[in-house]
Amino acid sequence: MAIEIDNNEKKNRTFDIDKIRNDFPILKQLINGKPLVYFDNAATTQKPLSVINKIESYYKEINSNIHRGVHTLSQRATVEYEATREKVMRFINAENLSEIIFTKGTTDSINLVASSFGKKFVKEGDEIIVSQMEHHSNIVPWQMLCEEKNAHLKVIPINDSGELIIEEYEKLITEKTKLVSIVYVSNSLGTINPVKEIIKIAHSKNVPVLIDAAQAIQHFKIDVKELDCDFLCFSGHKVYGPTGIGVLYGKQALLESMPPYQGGGDMIRSVSFSKTVYNSLPAKFEAGTPNIEAGIALGTAFDYINSIGIENIFDYETDLFNYANEKILAIDKLIPIGTAKNKSGTISFILDGVHPHDIGTILDFDGVAIRTGHHCTQPVMERFNLPATARISFGLYNTKEEVDIAIKSIKKVFEVFI
Amino acid sequence: MNLDLRELYQQVILDHNKNPRNFKILTNYNHFAEGYNPLCGDKIDIYVLIESNIIKDVSFVGNGCAISKSSASLMTTILKGKTEEEAKQIFENFHVMITGKLNEEKSLEELGKLAVFQGVKEFPARVKCASLAWHTFNAAVKNEKTVTTE
Repeated sequence: MAIEIDNNEKKNRTFDIDKIRNDFPILKQLINGKPLVYFDNAATTQKPLSVINKIESYYKEINSNIHRGVHTLSQRATVEYEATREKVMRFINAENLSEIIFTKGTTDSINLVASSFGKKFVKEGDEIIVSQMEHHSNIVPWQMLCEEKNAHLKVIPINDSGELIIEEYEKLITEKTKLVSIVYVSNSLGTINPVKEIIKIAHSKNVPVLIDAAQAIQHFKIDVKELDCDFLCFSGHKVYGPTGIGVLYGKQALLESMPPYQGGGDMIRSVSFSKTVYNSLPAKFEAGTPNIEAGIALGTAFDYINSIGIENIFDYETDLFNYANEKILAIDKLIPIGTAKNKSGTISFILDGVHPHDIGTILDFDGVAIRTGHHCTQPVMERFNLPATARISFGLYNTKEEVDIAIKSIKKVFEVFI
Repeated sequence: MNLDLRELYQQVILDHNKNPRNFKILTNYNHFAEGYNPLCGDKIDIYVLIESNIIKDVSFVGNGCAISKSSASLMTTILKGKTEEEAKQIFENFHVMITGKLNEEKSLEELGKLAVFQGVKEFPARVKCASLAWHTFNAAVKNEKTVTTE
């Protein structure tokens, strides 16, 4: 099955789903005797063979420490690691390489900002704004900062559809607001937030904005210049790359004004007991030997995405999402959680009278992998007065046939729980 | 329907899930604990009345999957009238069974109604669902306020 994308700029590309599925070795296996239907992409995505091979070839051919050797292997590893920085810069259209900081993942990126930006700019009585739909990783670091500084965390409420109430957000910004930290796409509701508008409102009051793009970067084009965000974070493993590597984008002037996050090797220019001079960006924020193979293989993941085209991925996934959304919502006694007009990648639901964990176990019998639980968004669960939901989340290799398999399996849940 | 699926969700389990027994807050109790399963978000409160080393009454309220709810329900029906030592022994046998380490038919017989949970051993991810109520009961008896299964 190949879907022709008839758009002038994309006319030379096709979205060949059979070829794409073939690129992901893990999809070829049987789970409980059934072909694997992997619908837990918001938790982590599978890796194409090129990424897997890259990790292997790194250890077979160029393993060595980076940024510190005159020998050939160290230079090769450094060049490949730094090549990823450039690929990330181009992918999100950052201004220069100093703005791309490698971290362990989105959680680490947010903690870096909370710690470093917080240390410099947040004082007693100041305010940080987040929303009710944040992942715990965009709540807890700010709570820890507020506790330390005696600052206040303010929360933008969401409506019954799972959308931010923008009028309430506007009222929350005061002269004491130091940062707005907001998720681009909700991992438990699928809501795409109007981040451009949110950033514009904050900037009109000179407040910088952090965008958590962990559930956005893999689904559609992100241009940090167009958004004008001050920080942007994402994880490598949710964008078809390895675990243990992530990115913090920050505007250069802002990053330069912030103190280092951790101290150690790589982040210094010179060390003595009388005076230590910190390194320039991005090294200032990258203490210690990083996850080198993951950094290199993340570059391969972006090569893979670029070979298909993020616009083509968006078109294909939009068509798949619309198909799934219509069919899944039509299931009798299924209640969707998160019915925003603008959604991406995720369908969360509950079944009347059945706990989501039981749904997850029954679907697993049919080889269908979904996430059940609170999705690290307990305030969202509280908002909808639920202990948990079942969540289907899509990747570029999913198909309508897989959606049909999942729907059949969801209907089977009612056969068990009559 | 898949046989393994029926093995896990036996009729007794489905019945206790739909109509949980002793699903209430005791007005007269002298032991209490709340149990959490942080990864799932499950929460259960256990109320116990022990007099002269005998479990006179036990009840629960809370939220969880069919396995955890029915396990709590069955537990309350079984523990009433038992001594603390007997309760401890039953939990030990139960835990051995759901983690798949039971190999004597005799022990299975002793477990009586609780044997309906033997399918759980095929689902390592669900062991903590089946054992949450029991861990919470233990905490209540020991006068520990909260317990988690992680």
